[in-house]
Parts: sequence; structure tokens; C-alpha cells
Amino acid sequence: MKILVCISHVPDTTSKINFAEDDTKFDTNGVQFVINPNDEFGLTRAMWFKEKQGATVTVVNVGGSETEPTLRKALAIGADEAIRVNAEATDGFFVAKQLARVAEEGSYDLIIAGRESIDYNGGMVPGMLASLTGANFVNTCIGLEVEGNEATATREIDGGKETVKCTLPVIIGGQKGLVEESDLRIPNMRGIMMARKKQLTVLEPAEAQNQTAAVKFEKPAPKGEVKLVSPDNLDELIRLLHDEAKVI
Amino acid sequence: MPILIYTESEEGKFKKTAFEVASYARSLAGQTGDTVTAVAINAKNNSELGRYGVDKVLNVSDDKLSGFNARAYADVIGQAAEKEGAKTVIISSGANDKYLAPVLAVKLNAGYAPNVVALPESMEPFRVKRTAFSNKAFNITEISTDVKLIGLSKNSFGLKEAEGAAAEEAFSPSLDDGDFAVKTTATDKTTGKVTIADAEIVVSGGRGLKGPENWGMIEELADVLGAATACSKPVSDMGWRPHSEHVGQTGKPVASNLYIAVGISGAIQHLAGINASKVKVVINSDPEAPFFKAADYGVVGNAFEVVPALIEKLKEFKAQNS
Ligand SMILES: Cc1cc2nc3c(=O)[nH]c(=O)nc-3n(C[C@H](O)[C@H](O)[C@H](O)COP(=O)(O)OP(=O)(O)OC[C@H]3O[C@@H](n4cnc5c(N)ncnc54)[C@H](O)[C@@H]3O)c2cc1C
Repeated sequence: MKILVCISHVPDTTSKINFAEDDTKFDTNGVQFVINPNDEFGLTRAMWFKEKQGATVTVVNVGGSETEPTLRKALAIGADEAIRVNAEATDGFFVAKQLARVAEEGSYDLIIAGRESIDYNGGMVPGMLASLTGANFVNTCIGLEVEGNEATATREIDGGKETVKCTLPVIIGGQKGLVEESDLRIPNMRGIMMARKKQLTVLEPAEAQNQTAAVKFEKPAPKGEVKLVSPDNLDELIRLLHDEAKVI
Repeated sequence: MPILIYTESEEGKFKKTAFEVASYARSLAGQTGDTVTAVAINAKNNSELGRYGVDKVLNVSDDKLSGFNARAYADVIGQAAEKEGAKTVIISSGANDKYLAPVLAVKLNAGYAPNVVALPESMEPFRVKRTAFSNKAFNITEISTDVKLIGLSKNSFGLKEAEGAAAEEAFSPSLDDGDFAVKTTATDKTTGKVTIADAEIVVSGGRGLKGPENWGMIEELADVLGAATACSKPVSDMGWRPHSEHVGQTGKPVASNLYIAVGISGAIQHLAGINASKVKVVINSDPEAPFFKAADYGVVGNAFEVVPALIEKLKEFKAQNS
């Protein structure tokens, strides 16, 4: 099986979010970048397929050279090769177009992406990629098995989960649950050394139009002070929730 | 020209988000002079949409569409948009909407802005405000395509009643086998319980509750309030509660009117999932817990004393106010 894992390079979950250039750009100063958590679950599931059923795992990212450490980390975790499409990822559709070309040229059976990246939270790349390539698509995926030409996936729905079946090629929007958190891997020394020798191909982007642009950022208005209520005076809490906040 | 909206329903009943989307579209139409057309799939009370400003309902009635299917639903909405010549398509931001939206966007060659929280700031160029960075910031998104797809955030715009009746028109889109290539074979749903996604109130517990055996009081508090239950990540990681209750950056987002956090410290990844909630109440024994900085109301105290007492007080309050 040929697996492609889409890797988004995002600010670490603890990052303080700030903006620069008159609030038109995300300020990367002092920000650590990591593999998008949803993608990390997907990468780990891909490694499982590789080890248990036999598969090759390619990771791909659309981004500038600054994203290469993130791809190298994925190689150190065990991916076989990496592709970087050399373009700034400023629009979901543009990214999906780039990935579609990589997907079609590589004829992958299974493409794993994250449900959404934790920076722009667009959640659009996997679905757009599926539509552009004609592959089947399963979103919010929390379990995945592949047998022959058929995939069985579990996906989260509001208030529960459901099982779906479809044929390959399939694109997954994955999330926590795809593997156990304890199965996530930290690259070891050997992995890091091997990653250096693995191939990282840089492709120039295909012609594609942006459909959207992030033109300005704002931070939420600062919050007022919390109103503290004594544990001995819970009637007051109920009064505040009823009269002031009007939520009960 | 009509603005097209997709009005989500479940078992024939419209979801609240359907009325939110209608309210939003009506306000937008008021500015632009457009009309509002809704696509309703297997819904029973289409007349309800008139009360939120819908002018016309395209009524799709098809057993094949009785369960949600992203590609088929996107196809229905896409064909409706093409038939109506709609340049603006508005859907909600629930899990199903987010599943079908990118498929619909490609079909309509529409730029898509998800998690939108307000009416457009400008029409030319078309700019809307949406959340980004897991609710830690907002982003003004410009859509440059001719057709625009907006995913409205839950609970961000509110319901606005209008006068009027919606005209009904039967609509039979053409669907093919490819639309049903992903087949649902089993569904496992806790019925009769409010889900986190739909709940107006969410009661959430953290590691401070010490163990799963102490969740009875969280459930009882939720019961009294008609709320859904949720939890922090370590709680679901340890198996005290199901994964589907895990709220936060790597879990579920919550956009309820009221979020009550019990024994949760308020780590940045947890807050990312609940920032969109309107009113936050924190019950925590540690006055230095970071959650107090994000909360509207707080009780510094032992959850094992505060929660049972609060349940009793709420029961009294309900008895007096019903
Ligand atoms: C990549 C990544 C992603 C993450 N994503 C998420 C996410 O999506 N959601 C999430 O929740 N977390 C997430 N986390 C974890 C997050 O950083 C915190 O570890 C987690 O939110 C802490 O959960 P907690 O507040 O329940 O537990 P703790 O941090 O252990 O806090 C327990 C709290 O309970 C209080 N307490 C103790 N006893 C009592 C008592 N008797 N009465 C009242 N209060 C009491 C304590 O004062 C403390 O504040 C993520 C972490 C990482 C690294």
C-alpha cells in the first residue's frame, strides 16, 4: 500500500498568538513549530500500517524551507520519504491543488490528513483534495482498517460514532482516536540519523489560484475580571447567572 | 438574486443552527436587497423557516438522503445553488457542515470561509470575520471568487425572528452512485442525551474530580440544567470518560451559552476549545488556577462540597421558577 500523509507545520499548542506588520501577519517570533497534532495521529497510524501490513509512507507539506525541520521530524519518526511543495500555504484551496498534483503523480492508495490544522482551523484541505482527485473521503476519522481494496473507518459524529466502508483510494481527515496517545512517537537518535539520509524532494508549485486571503487579524477584547462568589453563597451565583448573564 | 442557505435537520426537525443560518442570511439580504432560499432535506416543518426570514424553501424529499452523506448532501446543495443562480451560499459550522463544505466549495468553485462570526465587513471586496488559531484570535478573510461559501459559527449570530411565510417548492436533484460511495454500516449514538455540539449549557469535569466514580454529581448537575457533560483531555485519556466528551484544541469545540468547568485548571489547550462559549463559570479549589482569568464567574472551593450544594440550590431555584 502506498500512503501519503499530509503534514501541516503549525505553532505549538502552548503558543501565545501575536500579530505583526499592522496585524496583517502572524508573528512567528519565539514560536515553536510542530507537526499539527491531528496529522501526528495520522502519521502514527500510517506507521502502524507500514509495520503491520507493509506500506510505504511519504509525507508531504506545502510550505517554505522553514518547514523542513517538521518534515525531517516525520522522517525521523519513520516515514520513508518527504516532499515539500515550495510555496507559502496561504489558502486552503491552493494547498489542496498542490497536494492533488502530488497525490495524482504518486498514485497513493491512502491519503491521511488531519481534520483541521490548529492555526487557521480551516478544515478544508482534506475534503477539497478528495474532490479534486475524485477519491473517497471520510472526515473526523477515529479508527481505520484497510483490507485489500476496502477501507473500514470509524468516524466521530455528534453524540457518538459511526462505521463507514468505501473502496480505495480514500482520503481521511484524522484526529485523536486514530491511534492511542501513548502510541505517538518521539524520534530517537537512530531515527534522526536515518532521517538525514532519507530523500526530501522539493517541488515547485503547480499553477493555482488563491480563493481566499487572510487580510487582517484581531485579538479578542480583553476580558473583565472574574466575579468571585463565596462557596457559602451559591444563591448569589444562581442570581448572577439568571439576572445578569441570563443563561439559566 | 437569492442567497442560498442549507438548513440542517435531524429526524425531520430543524436544528437550531438552521434558524441561525436563516437569521444571518436574512440580515445580509436586508443589506444587499437579495432574497433568501433554503434547501431543506427531508424536513417536515418547512413553514418554520418563514419565521426567520426565508422567502423560499427548496424541499428535498428522498429516502436515500435519510442519513447524512457528505458527498450526496454537497451535491444537493450545489445543484440548488446552480439552479437558483446563488452567489452566496451559507451553511453552519457543525461537524456535518464541515464535512460537506470543502466538497461543496470545489463543486461551486467557491472560496470558503469557515467559523464566521459576523456579517461581512465589506461586500467589495468581500470580507468576513472568522475565528482562527483555535479561538485565540480572529481573522478577516477576503473571498475573491464569484461564488462565496460561508460557514457560520454556532451561537455567534443569534436568532432573529422576521415576519413572513416561505413559499415551498419541491426539488429533486439528480444523484448518482458515486454520491454514495462511502457507506455507513453502523451507527452508535447515545440517544436521549444532549450532545456537546447542540447543548446550550455544558458541564465539564477535570482531573480535579479524582476519578470516574465521582462523575455522578457532574451528571446530576448537568441533568438539573438540561446540559451536556464534557471533560478535559487527561480525563478522557485515562478512560474516566469517553473520548467524545474531550473538549479543547485537540478535542471538541464548545460554543454554548454557559460552560461550567469543575476541577479543570484551564490550560491553554483546554481554553482554546471553550473560548467561543459566552459565559464561563469555574469551580476550582486553587485560587491561582489559570481558568479564573478566562472565567466570568468563579467559586474558589472544593468541588465535592460546592457541586452537591449547587445542585440543591438549583433544584430549589427551578421549583420556584417553573
Ligand atoms: C498537544 C497537546 C494538546 C492538548 N489538547 C488538549 C485539549 O484539547 N483539551 C484539554 O483539556 N487539554 C489538552 N491538553 C492538555 C492540557 O495541557 C492540560 O494538561 C489539561 O487541560 C489539564 O486538565 P485538567 O485541568 O483536568 O487537569 P489538571 O491540570 O490536573 O488540573 C486539575 C485542576 O483541578 C483542581 N482541583 C483539584 N482538586 C479539586 C477539588 N477537590 N475541587 C475543585 N478543584 C480541584 C486543581 O486545582 C487543578 O486546577 C493538551 C496538551 C497537549 C500537549
